[in-house]
Amino acid sequence: MTASAAASPATSPQGEVLLAVNNIEVIYDHVILVLKGVSLALPRGRIVALLGGNGAGKTTTLKAVSNLLASERGEVTKGSIEFKGERIDRLNPSELVKRGVVQVMEGRHCFQHLTVEENLLTGAFTRSASRGEIKADLERVYAFFPRLKVRRASQSGYTSGGEQQMTAIGRALMARPTTILLDEPSMGLAPQVVEEIFEIVRDLNAREGVSFLLAEQNTMVALRYADYGYILENGRIVMDGDAESLRSNQDVKEFYLGLSSAGRKSFRDAKHYRRRKRWLA
Amino acid sequence: MQFFLEVLIGGLLAGVMYSLVALGFVLIYKASGVFNFAQGAMVFFAALTFVGLQEKFGLPFGVTLALSLAAMVVLGVLTERIVLRPLVNQPQITLFMATIGLTFFIEGLAQLIWGTEVRRLDLGIQDEPIEALMERFNILVSRFDVAAALVAGVLVAVLAVFFNKTRIGRALRAVADDHQAAMAVGIPLKQIWAIVWSVAGFVALVAGLLWGARNGVQFALTFVALKALPVLILGGFESILGAIVGGLIIGASEKLAEVYLGPMIGGGIEGWFAYIMALLFLLVRPEGLFGEKHIDRV
Repeated sequence: MTASAAASPATSPQGEVLLAVNNIEVIYDHVILVLKGVSLALPRGRIVALLGGNGAGKTTTLKAVSNLLASERGEVTKGSIEFKGERIDRLNPSELVKRGVVQVMEGRHCFQHLTVEENLLTGAFTRSASRGEIKADLERVYAFFPRLKVRRASQSGYTSGGEQQMTAIGRALMARPTTILLDEPSMGLAPQVVEEIFEIVRDLNAREGVSFLLAEQNTMVALRYADYGYILENGRIVMDGDAESLRSNQDVKEFYLGLSSAGRKSFRDAKHYRRRKRWLA
Repeated sequence: MQFFLEVLIGGLLAGVMYSLVALGFVLIYKASGVFNFAQGAMVFFAALTFVGLQEKFGLPFGVTLALSLAAMVVLGVLTERIVLRPLVNQPQITLFMATIGLTFFIEGLAQLIWGTEVRRLDLGIQDEPIEALMERFNILVSRFDVAAALVAGVLVAVLAVFFNKTRIGRALRAVADDHQAAMAVGIPLKQIWAIVWSVAGFVALVAGLLWGARNGVQFALTFVALKALPVLILGGFESILGAIVGGLIIGASEKLAEVYLGPMIGGGIEGWFAYIMALLFLLVRPEGLFGEKHIDRV
């Protein structure tokens, strides 16, 4: 891809690859082509961001990995997905969680009528751990999210959006994953809370070595916390590179961060320019 | 006063019988958000299977019970595999429609296997007044009703512990709240649904035996499910406790209304009084006494 070559000399992130998505195509309902050949790599212990606008295919990519597509009548029709070198595209979500890949879905999806603590405990469902071990893990999650400890006995439907996002991430942690697929954690949250959530993600990454594949619309924030980024447009990766280089890239600045050297351009100019650009790519 | 007490106690105990049927609905509703129209048919199927096995092989009570339970588990697992699995993540109304179809299938299957004649079911508990109570307080209370109430009490206690304290129970409630999220954390939907339907089959078996012993095992057993509806509306669809309390209220008020209000408007109100109560209740508290409030974030 010409665009990615321009963005950075490296064409894939550095490090031992934990999760590899190779040229996958996803079709919904047998007719709607959503992903048109997406490839990406998540190295061990890194945070990789998947960026792009609404409907670009970020969520679909994550769901293809976690195998939640089937229940939405979606299907991976081409390509392969590998985790630690093994194909995982035919595994059901439960087996995948056992191997250490958990998705935190967009919109948090807490179990509303369960308490915060019960929500966390459901995360450990696939593990055959002893009571003591689970208890210790619960404390570990509470150490990362002290606010959850305070609200442990409240029904999670009555907790705030930020607390629900924390519950959702904490619940995933209870499965002791090596990889978390985190979908749009900033959605509907105040900027301050978004920072708080991302700080915790960075913390988890640094202290527990959890790798993150992070789908975000909020490009600015995501690129500050991620090591590497892919930009998805219309079901294709149009650009990728180190977070640093993406942040300083002229196109990214213009389209996703809304900045440009000549001041803010009008949306019409941008649209026109972008249309031309797509033909070139 | 004695007469009042007698009617009240009789009503409460009759209510427990309604609760038993309502419990089956609650279980499936809690775990899959589906109103299982086939619950009445399952009660019928369970009772008929038990009587049929008893007639055919003449095995001891315990063995027949175990075999019937096994049949209910098989029915539950097959329901999951054939009816529910292809409908994951479909709207609840779709699943509801599927259970309507299931109703006819189960009713037909039961009669196909065991025949259509009315059968007597003897559990060895006499439907007679308890003498001690009769002598001391001069109140007539049926032994059978008391036994049924005890069975229901134990069942509820066990289910309550199962749902609130165990790992599987928690998973069941999680699935009820959000299928997709449950899948995302690795809860296997298929197994969970098979478990729920099996447990509901077990409850149907208990209800079927008690109702069958009282009224005879016949097709009319499927209609006891209709009596469970007002109980559910009163108690709330998601609450085990609600099913019990709702049953007690419906049973008692139905009998009291028949005895005290009946003469004023010409009698025969027992049959419809429960539905009127349910209707009025819907206006005031649509989620029921103990139902889960719909949580909306604004």
